[in-house]
Amino acid sequence: MANKSLDYITSLLQKGIRFDERSLEAYREPIVVERVISPRSSEGSARVKIAGTEVVAGVKLSVGEPYPDTPDEGSIVVNVELIPLASPEFETGPPDVAAVELSRVVDRAIRESGALDMKKLCVKSGEKIWMVFIDIYPLNDNGNLFDACALASIAALQDAKFPKYDAKTGIVDYSSSSNKGLPIVRLPISCTVLKVGQQYLVDPSFEEEQALDARLTIAVADGKICAMQKGGDGALTFEDIQKMVDIAFRSTELLRRKLE
Amino acid sequence: MASKKFSRSDGRAFDQLRPMETRVGVIPRADGSALFRIGNTVAIAAVYGPRAFHPTFLRNPERGVLRCNYNMMAFSGSGERVRPGPSRRSREISLVTEKALNSVIDLSEFPNTVVDVFIELLQTDGGTRCAGITAASMALADAGFLMKEMVSAVSVGALEDNLVVDLTSEEDCELKAVDIPIAMTSRSKNITLLQLDGMISKDNFFAAVELAKKACSALHDVQAKALREKYPQGADENGK
Repeated sequence: MANKSLDYITSLLQKGIRFDERSLEAYREPIVVERVISPRSSEGSARVKIAGTEVVAGVKLSVGEPYPDTPDEGSIVVNVELIPLASPEFETGPPDVAAVELSRVVDRAIRESGALDMKKLCVKSGEKIWMVFIDIYPLNDNGNLFDACALASIAALQDAKFPKYDAKTGIVDYSSSSNKGLPIVRLPISCTVLKVGQQYLVDPSFEEEQALDARLTIAVADGKICAMQKGGDGALTFEDIQKMVDIAFRSTELLRRKLE
Repeated sequence: MASKKFSRSDGRAFDQLRPMETRVGVIPRADGSALFRIGNTVAIAAVYGPRAFHPTFLRNPERGVLRCNYNMMAFSGSGERVRPGPSRRSREISLVTEKALNSVIDLSEFPNTVVDVFIELLQTDGGTRCAGITAASMALADAGFLMKEMVSAVSVGALEDNLVVDLTSEEDCELKAVDIPIAMTSRSKNITLLQLDGMISKDNFFAAVELAKKACSALHDVQAKALREKYPQGADENGK
């Protein structure tokens, strides 16, 4: 982005004014649509739109071997691909560090909140478990991919149905669904709060993200914090963090309603 | 030639395309974009450029370079997850997609640059490379490039001796059809993509190309309609 427009956006934000005239805590109305991918391709799916930002998430379920240290638990793999289709800033090639961070932050909220009952994903202890793959693709980046990807991943998990599995032959029949959903225990919802100067804001546009001093992603489940990630070069005071957590709790309530 | 008993599992006539949906400008951050759905196959194409080409030794001082990238999303296949990132298959498809589009686009005004076309498959049921090319052609037009004509693509198949257009994944993989993906230009009817997998007689092959020609005309009508909806004024100037 041109330096002049970045300077302008930054100077406005430091006065508490947003370029698009939203208030600092105003979330752009998120739209969540489940089952956007044909069930013959994906066992569960969802699309999240937050203004210009659009992401699609798909769940794939397959039967595999458990990790040796958790013989009676299923596994989760979360992957966000920053495909160059979605933004002139994204490039082809192996995932860069931004994509790795994004994947891991989305993963952490699901994993650490205990969103899925991993024991119920066990087919036969020590031998066979369900592996849950959550793949998330931004289609257009207009900011706030952290929250959009997290929300899409949860909506896709809610939508997912197991394919039929024959325990005797060990064959998964992807062409017929069992109509049984995933063992969901609770729904973690993430909100990322940005700090620019002395101001805090949620749901940043792409341009506002370029202006950040620091960001804090806070995932909330059952009224508790279940995961956090600080980003950006700027430091946060204890007071900053208190304020950002309060803001995140308020925003996640709004986002949670989109899943119900 | 064709036996009377054979019928397609989805009930389509042999020369019937699956239901289609098109949308132009689906990726606002891109310079041009389009979605193309045919049956259960959905492709999105986004165009970025002309922009600086790296690494620099690949630059062409005479004209801009068209670079295509085809990718299936991890959840887009039926059955097991597709591992993300390029594969030998996707690299080859990217290459033939480039060749399918190169002849209709004039990049002589943009030396030393690259025009990137990114094609993503959201869900698949056969004919993915053809859907990608059809979407990409619309995305290039949406980006405003000077194009001699449009490109449309379809896969034609032979199921035993029956020639059918627009193969589904079931017809391609389970019924082991001869698969012939073909891309054709809209005006001159030049063939810009031609691949073939399977055994087929010469007569049947040429009959298949004729079938593709008809199908590509129908596809082009759908492409042109979607572009005219977005550009009611400048349809001809944009080479549509």
